[in-house]
Amino acid sequence: MSSAAVRASHGAHDDVLHGGGVDHHHHDDGSKTLLGFWIYLMSDCLIFSGLFATFAVLANSTAGGPTGKELFELPYVLGETMLLLISSVTFGMAMLNMHAGKKGGVVAWLAVTFLFGAGFIGMEVYEFAKLVHEGAGPSTSAFLSSYFTLVGTHGLHVTCGLIWLVVMMDQIRRFGLTDATQRRLSCLSLFWHFLDIVWICVFTFVYLRGAI
Amino acid sequence: MHALISRLRYASVGVAVLLSGCNLEVLTPKGDIGAQEKSLILIALGLMAIVAIPVIAMTLWFPWRYRSGNKKATYTPNWSHSTKIEVVVWTIPAIIIVILASITWTSSHALDPYKPLESEAKPVTVQVVSMDWKWLFVYPEYGVASVNELAFPTDRPVNFQITSDSVMNAFFIPQLGSQIYAMAGMETKLHLIAREPGTYEGLSSNFSGEGFSDMHFKAIATTEDGFKDWIAKAKATPLTLDADSYKSLAQPSEKAPVAYYGTVTPGLFASVVNKHMGEMSHEAANHGEMPMEGMQMDMHHHEDGDAVSSNITPAKAEK
Amino acid sequence: MFGKLTLDAIPYHEPIVMGTLVAVILGGLAMLAVITKFRLWGYLWKEWFTSVDHKKIGIMYIIVALVMLLRGFSDAIMMRMQQAMAAGESAGYLPPHHFDQVFTAHGVIMIFFVAMPFITGLMNMVVPLQIGARDVAYPFLNSLSFWLFMSGVVLVMVSLFVGDFAATGWLAYPPLSGIKYSPTVGVDYYIWSLQLSGLGTTLSGINFIVTIMKMRAPGMTLMKMPVFTWTALVTNILIVAAFPILTVTLALLTADRYLDMHFFTNELGGNAMMYVNMIWIWGHPEVYILILPCFGAFSEIVATFSKKPLFGYTSMVYATSCIGVLSFVVWLHHFFTMGSGANVNAFFGITTMIISVPTGAKLFNWLFTMYRGRVQFTVPMLWTVGFMVTFVIGGVTGVLLAVPGADFLLHNSVFLIAHFHNVIIGGVVFGVFAAINYWFPKAFGFRLNEFWGKASFWCWLVGFWMAFAPLYVLGLKGMTRRMNHYANPDWQPFLIVAALGAAVIALGIFCTLVQFYVSIRDRKKLTDPSGDPWGGRTLEWAISSPAPFYNFAIVPQIKELDQFWEDKQNGVAYVQPAKYEDIHMPRNTGVGVVMGAFGTVLGFALVWHIWWLAAVGLLGMIGAFIVRAYDRDIDYWVPAAEVEKIERSRHAQLQQFQTTQVAPVAAPQRQKVA
Repeated sequence: MSSAAVRASHGAHDDVLHGGGVDHHHHDDGSKTLLGFWIYLMSDCLIFSGLFATFAVLANSTAGGPTGKELFELPYVLGETMLLLISSVTFGMAMLNMHAGKKGGVVAWLAVTFLFGAGFIGMEVYEFAKLVHEGAGPSTSAFLSSYFTLVGTHGLHVTCGLIWLVVMMDQIRRFGLTDATQRRLSCLSLFWHFLDIVWICVFTFVYLRGAI
Repeated sequence: MHALISRLRYASVGVAVLLSGCNLEVLTPKGDIGAQEKSLILIALGLMAIVAIPVIAMTLWFPWRYRSGNKKATYTPNWSHSTKIEVVVWTIPAIIIVILASITWTSSHALDPYKPLESEAKPVTVQVVSMDWKWLFVYPEYGVASVNELAFPTDRPVNFQITSDSVMNAFFIPQLGSQIYAMAGMETKLHLIAREPGTYEGLSSNFSGEGFSDMHFKAIATTEDGFKDWIAKAKATPLTLDADSYKSLAQPSEKAPVAYYGTVTPGLFASVVNKHMGEMSHEAANHGEMPMEGMQMDMHHHEDGDAVSSNITPAKAEK
Repeated sequence: MFGKLTLDAIPYHEPIVMGTLVAVILGGLAMLAVITKFRLWGYLWKEWFTSVDHKKIGIMYIIVALVMLLRGFSDAIMMRMQQAMAAGESAGYLPPHHFDQVFTAHGVIMIFFVAMPFITGLMNMVVPLQIGARDVAYPFLNSLSFWLFMSGVVLVMVSLFVGDFAATGWLAYPPLSGIKYSPTVGVDYYIWSLQLSGLGTTLSGINFIVTIMKMRAPGMTLMKMPVFTWTALVTNILIVAAFPILTVTLALLTADRYLDMHFFTNELGGNAMMYVNMIWIWGHPEVYILILPCFGAFSEIVATFSKKPLFGYTSMVYATSCIGVLSFVVWLHHFFTMGSGANVNAFFGITTMIISVPTGAKLFNWLFTMYRGRVQFTVPMLWTVGFMVTFVIGGVTGVLLAVPGADFLLHNSVFLIAHFHNVIIGGVVFGVFAAINYWFPKAFGFRLNEFWGKASFWCWLVGFWMAFAPLYVLGLKGMTRRMNHYANPDWQPFLIVAALGAAVIALGIFCTLVQFYVSIRDRKKLTDPSGDPWGGRTLEWAISSPAPFYNFAIVPQIKELDQFWEDKQNGVAYVQPAKYEDIHMPRNTGVGVVMGAFGTVLGFALVWHIWWLAAVGLLGMIGAFIVRAYDRDIDYWVPAAEVEKIERSRHAQLQQFQTTQVAPVAAPQRQKVA
């Protein structure tokens, strides 16, 4: 979605080119990008609703294979959850620095966010590998198929977020806190918090409900 | 309303007579369910004609009457609103839909394929398995089975229990009425009754792959004696349908000839249904009703989601 | 190295396919030669492929849709011929394996690669012009959407010659579409072409919602928005709400096929009913996604050619929104016969019927727009009247099928086939042809030939009824859909009539092609110097034909619904402003093309399990996207002087035209030329 940010992000250097002699403000105030990004998030939300619905339908279709109760280790997942929650807080710090105009602070906090996010992904990959190793892979039962797909889709989103984080750190380093980079960072921030909320749902409906 | 419906029925009969020139099998039912569904179709069409015919007439009349060459016609270049007309064009269709909705509600319950038919006569049970690409009919009460030929006595309800051994199909005898899907790992039900002896076409109406077009069967509605003879003929066949012969029968084949099995291993049908449920717990087996419940999560704006989901039970799985 | 792909994947033994392949290769080579000879590559690349101009993107969508219409229609002809022949002992000329692919491809192509691009193309062409905007909200995203759609098109076309296509029916119900029952790559082509083009559709849905919500001319409140734009808004909301569900559903099917998962398999707890539910939760809104903009186009056309404002604008808007909301609570009517309880069936049956009330209201509104008007029988108007008559019948049979008790008899019969072709051809196809005839001058600066347009209309109308009335009858005779051959000889005469009907439709398509040819040849005679060839009411007619690349030199101020009409009445429609301003425009970019190309590679590699190539495709897409994010030269300014120059010549042309005409808005006179 950063293309959306790209499109509406011409403000800064245009004004340099044009010296602001003419009133060029009517076409771009950034609200277009944010509205579009919200709509994108809603459509992504529907993708997750579809996956949650599927999981709800298939949660008991274990086909004689292991159940969630047998497989999930709550403390470990709680650790994952904490990493992601903290990464949201650190992203918040990055945004505060952005509003304060502190370029270095933004990059530093984004780096911290990246580490926590990467840690989350690392833990998830380890968890998946362990399940597969124990013979509880995605082809074992419909329940495990839906589990791996739901959690994996979230993980894929976080991975995209990590790539986006790297790009943003580089862009802020190169271009500074321009209108464009700020707008993109705002979108990424929405995206990151959105994934946090989705994870809370995953934690509640998949792990907690499964473990009870 | 009843007067209206009966009048509509007369009007519809007229249409039916017109169409009967080319022998419409679906509208010449040979059993109760089909007869009720036929009159339902005709009533619904008649009701809708009340709006549809005037609309078509107006669609042809208005542009002609107000064609640009016709300077005699009134021209009101700025007229674009009339509360009166708006009220009429929303209300009249709405009233018709209310009538049709009440008919729908009643008829959906009356014609629910899962509802056993009320009858003095003792029903016949037939277990139906759709295979690639043929139909297997098991008569648990008589211990016989047949392929691509179905027989039952007239005036006795037939309780069909239906499943699939492979992909989805639909079990349908057009002249007797309702069709229902056949799905692996699930059992669907259908209740029909024939009133006239005869041999009717039966088919799969849901595409199931290469051999689909030849997946039809003869449905023989016969007298009580004729049915007894048919059972006796099947019983006299030396073939046995057990796990092994079932396995070879289930291999994909096209245009399978009619065959009979004199003996059938008891519980065969249940084992076909269960085969596809894996080792699912019994609880899980009932999750035929779950999809809809889950689906409701997508439908934020679906206010009565809960009320609906609790009722939605596609393919009630067999206890 | 090449995954499952070997030379055997090319169907040498199928003469029909190989004949088509030869024709396509020769035709393709001829086209490449012509482009090279006239040195058009640079022009095409610079002016079209890399364009982010919504008008050009719209035109490209419609051209591709027309080409794909020919492909989808050849499938239709093949099916009608097969069924006309294959009675009794005859097997016809298409073996089941081929026939099954043909009907699947027909459905997929007609919905995803004909109807959808027609609709998206029209919205692209018209919406920004109707709301007084200079482009869509995200012009690059728009180009990307188009090229993602194109990669879907390419994959579907490639499936004809390399490997096979799905033989499952257009919605690919599992378990039939699962790896066990469909082990070839057909379903994989189906999945990836739909995923790629579906992604493009979702993105363009977001794009248009933001465009309509944020970029309307000052003063244009929602209730002053032209009806076509309203229907486009509702359609795009439906797109964003429905297409993610399609994405999920196909992704789960993919997981089953590629990763041995068990969402919809018979084994290990899979549940195929879930697929059927999910695909229709997308599928039903999809039909409204297609029909609503056509309703919008009919509304514009009927008002313009009745020389009256649209009757009941407000109720039209509410009816459109009602239909949009209701379209999400009717999906189960596609499978009453699955064995849901009576309450559930009745509920979904009744919600379905309720939709007919707002739809009926729309019909009445069109009727009362014509009432006491001055109706001109132009080509778009003929399509509109033809639609209204045809669609009423389609609506009646649709409501009939919504009664579960009736559906138990008619489900999956050719009666159903007749019904949905009745609404899709009678509604969407008629609507698209009406719209193309109506907006063509705005896109190209000249009108389409009337004679061939009318000929096309009559062929389609007659052909449609010849082709589908027999199917209604056959449905009542118990003929089911997707039959390769049949035992009952009674059916054959009806199917022969239906095949003849398809031939008449073919004549209609031929007339359309001739219409394009003749109109381009006579473009001088058919020229539209005023920019307002029909005496239009909405903003797009206020500017020149073809529209200048920046659309509006001065952003219009809106006080009324049908502002342009009011301006013409008050004699202020073509007043030249004292001063022009610089105009800010997005720069063309090839990133959309590149991403689409990598997308095609990705899809093809995934179909054939060529994992390294899939990685190349995926990384290429992501890489191109990131490169784009670093591009800071993405826009430019058109100096006021240049705008002034273009606008002056436009006004000079307009004045010259007005002096030769007695009344500048008396469109009826001008139509006599045609």
